[in-house]
Amino acid sequence: MRPFGSIAFFPRALLLGATVAAFGAAPGQDAPQPTPPPAPITLVSGAGGKNYLNISFDALIAAGVSTEPDVPGLQTGGHDPAQRGFTFQNGEIVLDGAVDPYFRGQANIVLQITPEGGTTIELEEVYATTTSLPHNLQVKIGQYFSEFGRINPTHPHTWDFVDQPLVNGRMFGGDGLRSLGVRLSWLMPTPFYSEILFGVQNGHGETATSFGSTAGETQFGRPLDPGQVKSFSDFLYVPRYDASFDVGDTQTIVVGASGAFGPNGTGSAADTAIGGVDFFWKWKSARAQKGFPFVKVQAEAMARSYDAAATPLLPETTFHDHGAYAQVVWGIKPMWTVGARYDRVGGDVGDDPADPRFAPRQRAALEGTWYPTEYSKLRVQYAYDDRGGGFKDANSVWLQFEFLLGAHAAHKF
Amino acid sequence: MSFKRFLTAAAVASASALPASAALRVVATTPEYGAIATAVGGDKVTVAVLAKPTEDPHFVDAKPSHIVTLNHADVLIEGGAELEVGWLPPLTDGARNTKINAGAPGRVRASEGIQLLDIPAALDRSLGDLHAAGNPHFMMDPANGRIVAEHVATVFCQLDAASCASFKGNLQAFEEKLDAKTKDWAAALAPYKGRPIVTYHPTWKYFAARFGLVSELYLEPKPGIPPSPPHLAEVMQAMNDKKIKIVLVEPFQSRKTAEAVADRTGATVVDVCQFPGGLPGTDRDYIALLDADVKAIVAGFEAKK
Repeated sequence: MRPFGSIAFFPRALLLGATVAAFGAAPGQDAPQPTPPPAPITLVSGAGGKNYLNISFDALIAAGVSTEPDVPGLQTGGHDPAQRGFTFQNGEIVLDGAVDPYFRGQANIVLQITPEGGTTIELEEVYATTTSLPHNLQVKIGQYFSEFGRINPTHPHTWDFVDQPLVNGRMFGGDGLRSLGVRLSWLMPTPFYSEILFGVQNGHGETATSFGSTAGETQFGRPLDPGQVKSFSDFLYVPRYDASFDVGDTQTIVVGASGAFGPNGTGSAADTAIGGVDFFWKWKSARAQKGFPFVKVQAEAMARSYDAAATPLLPETTFHDHGAYAQVVWGIKPMWTVGARYDRVGGDVGDDPADPRFAPRQRAALEGTWYPTEYSKLRVQYAYDDRGGGFKDANSVWLQFEFLLGAHAAHKF
Repeated sequence: MSFKRFLTAAAVASASALPASAALRVVATTPEYGAIATAVGGDKVTVAVLAKPTEDPHFVDAKPSHIVTLNHADVLIEGGAELEVGWLPPLTDGARNTKINAGAPGRVRASEGIQLLDIPAALDRSLGDLHAAGNPHFMMDPANGRIVAEHVATVFCQLDAASCASFKGNLQAFEEKLDAKTKDWAAALAPYKGRPIVTYHPTWKYFAARFGLVSELYLEPKPGIPPSPPHLAEVMQAMNDKKIKIVLVEPFQSRKTAEAVADRTGATVVDVCQFPGGLPGTDRDYIALLDADVKAIVAGFEAKK
């Protein structure tokens, strides 16, 4: 699914200070003339739904310090801060628009600057969705984030924290679970919002780490080699159900359950199953200005069962692990939020105790964000990592800055 | 059950869920279009509204329940001048309802046929939150409300020809009442012709242009940009210089800021709203809303401070 930019928040932060300062200013002396509003000009404007294609660019930059020198070992997300100092987390070019009366198309092209100074480019998502199918059906075709839970299908600039939850890193790797495929969704004819989704995607590649993954990678200490698609059982299957209810005029609840099933790269007939549940609740004032004030709570829990085929040295076995996070974000007043998140992952460590990805750990994070407008933000986050498996605890402070240019489509709720 | 049978059952359930009632199901993005639809449609339509009258219309949540509402709609009335651009597209994408897809007869862009003000010469966000199509708050001019009512009646007639006579009768009654009221409002505001007003956001330009007021001063330094101390100081200076007596504020805007400015300049804060239901006694009634706004503004001008 998508995320895109939007107009979703606005700030207004300086109000208090502003009025106070205004009082301080003596009215009267040489106040400049108020800027006259633009005179009505009757010209054909260049936008306003007059384009075939919306184009936007979003940049996400982090800076900070951590007591852990091995930042990539600490931060499990591919768009998390990657080193002490500055990290270019994400530069996202989004193109979207109506293809014709039957499809909408979207491409998310992501650029990153590696700690070594090189630039990488990734065709993160490219897909079309249908717009005119009957019976409340919708099909999505292309390369897309699997619709599993709430964080996985979204892009980093929509997140409420600087980094992705630990459980997402553990289950889906740094770049999230995404692949080429097709997804059918049905909006059910219930009085409340209720949707069933079913996706079929390639199960191999570096963005399907719990499944085929790529040759040379490991999971639970086991070497992986995905092999070829030989039958329908070699695909990744991703079902999801979600439902939403309004409580009165100001509260909304969304609940969902997702699964991801497919073979993994440890050998033939070795399968992975991941199940997850998610919850979202939001309260927004009936007199919201710029969408503030609000309070939102979000939580996801996942569990994985990973069959590992026998190797010449290791027996066939099944690993089990799990993780969860819960977060609350309070939009105190226009353009200001504070939030807290608790993360936890655990379960089987696998056959390589030195792999930091599988150490049991928990993490607590606090954040504060100021949105100068809905097109920019400045965030500070503190996190304490309590890491098992012989890894040292860590304290980290990250700053994050975002700016958004152009016409970025609005995000899903 | 096989997957195919499941899908068949689902399709049947989907079809049978459609209400048998012939009333057009109308969804309006914001309450003033809902009020117009109610006035024109009468008992031949049902009307649902997505945005609350008391919330900032630029920042409505794209709640999943709105997707369900839109899924059932025969008609969607939107402003179409980018006011809803931050939240309507994901809703219409999710709704899977071809009756309200862009270009369908059931998709009404109320701004069509309206002469919009403030069309930016260049799209430059350093100037604030500009709307490429122009200022979207055009419904504050009753003449534009009249155009939209006619537009809506035409669409209703197209979609439900059997009820067309009823729609036309309702439209005529609405227009007669609106025209009479517009004369009353013009008379009530005539004594203040040429008087400048301060508003929070450029919401009242169409209203001011219609009734001879001057709306050129805003608490926001640029559209959508929060009030800053230097800007408020400028506004207060201008209010003193021009003897500006009223500051208009809506339910979702910061009344505290407006009060602070008014207190320092001897002006009066006037509670107004651009949406029916945002002021007491105006629920689903466009004319009652404008009536309440005019009365509040007149009372503001007359307030002794």
